[in-house]
Amino acid sequence: MKTIFENGGEGRAAVQFSDDQYPTEAPKIEDRFRRKNLKIPEVSEIEVVRHYTTLSKRNYGVDLGFYPLGSCTMKYNPKVNEDMAKLEGFTNIHPMQPEELSQGALQMLFELQEMMKEITGFDAFSLQPAAGAHGELVGVMMIKAYFQKHDKKRKKILIPDSAHGTNPASVTLCGLETQEVKSDGNGNVDLNDLRQKMNDETAGLMLTNPNTLGLFDQNIIEICKIVHEKGGLVYCDGANLNAMVGVTKPRDAGFDIMHVNFHKTFSTPHGCGGPGAGGVGVVGKLASFLPKPMVNQTNGMYHLDYNIPDSIGKVKSYYGNFGVLVKAYTYIRALGPDGLKRVGQNAVLNANYMRVKLMKHFDLPYKRICQHEFVISDRNMPNGVTTMDLAKRLLDYGYHSPTIYFPLIVHGAIMIEPTETETRETMDSFIETMLKILQEAQTTPELVKGAPHTLPVKRLDGVKAAREPVLTAR
Amino acid sequence: MTNIPKDLLYTKEHEWIRVEGDVGVVGITDYAQHALTDIVFVELPAQGKKIDQSKGLTVVESVKSVSDVYAPVAGEVVEANSSLKANPELVNHDPYGKGWIAKLKISSKDQLKTLMGPEQYEKYLQEQKH
Repeated sequence: MKTIFENGGEGRAAVQFSDDQYPTEAPKIEDRFRRKNLKIPEVSEIEVVRHYTTLSKRNYGVDLGFYPLGSCTMKYNPKVNEDMAKLEGFTNIHPMQPEELSQGALQMLFELQEMMKEITGFDAFSLQPAAGAHGELVGVMMIKAYFQKHDKKRKKILIPDSAHGTNPASVTLCGLETQEVKSDGNGNVDLNDLRQKMNDETAGLMLTNPNTLGLFDQNIIEICKIVHEKGGLVYCDGANLNAMVGVTKPRDAGFDIMHVNFHKTFSTPHGCGGPGAGGVGVVGKLASFLPKPMVNQTNGMYHLDYNIPDSIGKVKSYYGNFGVLVKAYTYIRALGPDGLKRVGQNAVLNANYMRVKLMKHFDLPYKRICQHEFVISDRNMPNGVTTMDLAKRLLDYGYHSPTIYFPLIVHGAIMIEPTETETRETMDSFIETMLKILQEAQTTPELVKGAPHTLPVKRLDGVKAAREPVLTAR
Repeated sequence: MTNIPKDLLYTKEHEWIRVEGDVGVVGITDYAQHALTDIVFVELPAQGKKIDQSKGLTVVESVKSVSDVYAPVAGEVVEANSSLKANPELVNHDPYGKGWIAKLKISSKDQLKTLMGPEQYEKYLQEQKH
């Protein structure tokens, strides 16, 4: 397929400008600073429409079909979220206008802060971070600032071997040091390893719960106790809040600080580098370290509060990605407490339904009731068929593949997360397809190894792309 | 079958070291390269870098993941394998030969006693399998 730059011809345009729309004065920018030969495609309206409609037909999203991408949570985004984010009162305001003229927007933010406190159990909650990994960074910055004030020698952060890769990255970016903690045979944190590694130089533990195996750590109370007794803080990577929302509050387990990926739990669009939201909640003793400003209310008026004594400062221009926060607010208000609880319960029920059906045929390394996702391995796939082959073959059957080769502690990991919105029929037909591919691997392995066969592009050379990346369309 | 040469010492993190006088040649094992799949980038440690035992020596990147390579013993980097810059796949094709990563001037030979021999490493790999 051609790129938009290869389409069109000289003089074609989708818009007619009249003469009075062109500037009559000479340009004020000196000639030497002006770019020549701007590569703007000259295309007619129908060319633009066809180009992007064709592209959209080649795309795949949760609005088209099942997208069981574990860890990433490709959750359905209700369309009412978009309607609310488009309300004129929200779209026609400017962040620089006076607080008296922005009361509705500030009220929304304040109420969302309060609702997040209720859902997570924390004492204070900032909505500023622009994505999950940003929230993590902000959380670790607060831990660092806290110990700079109270106990400077604490510079190490413990991270389990099942963690998201962003955890050690956040720690390193803050100038702290990562130390790995092992998992035990049940997929929990190895308590002995944790006890041995906690000392007076440890700032704390960063723990994803439920973890990336989709397992709720059965020793979570004990884990928090071990860290607290040695003077550390416990950070919850709340990426997987969607499994327990409305059912339990992370604060009650003993966590001191937590970020929440809003797309995974509160149905905002999956960022992929675009605008996201990754708010952070903390216990009382960390509240004075939160980014500024927070939204507060005095005498019925909402205002931005910059009086946060130990604040790590501003982490985002203005106040977070406002439109995304409107969508999260809408989702929470539309569902209410009971609805949110059912979200968590159904996410877990759906995952366990699929786990039990698939574990009869695929290897399931951690045989426990899972939370919102589970991980199978490639151990008993026949004829040298790999996880990659299975993932590519699924595309032929019209599915997006699950997350593969993560977490690293499972051989040839296949990480499946159906989310709460899928019907039993959809899950059944995906399971049937998985079994069919397993059958093909037995009888016609070359068919699976050569997949995909039906897509516009065949098997791409991922290795060559990584070794010799071409990053422009030219 | 995983290749485990008899003349090397091994770590639990799947590095190997070949002792040549005061210098140790370091790389990752056949098991490690196989687990990582196609290596697409090897960061070359700077010459003169001083490093403690079990600390991050450098980083290898595969299509699947980015992984730390730990120093089997404390030492100073005397040379890094510059041919990996253009041909990171050497780590896959010849992990114990042309795919070596760095040469360390060993600070304390006593630390070599903390490493595993080939039989011990083979046993360790067996235990690691779920």
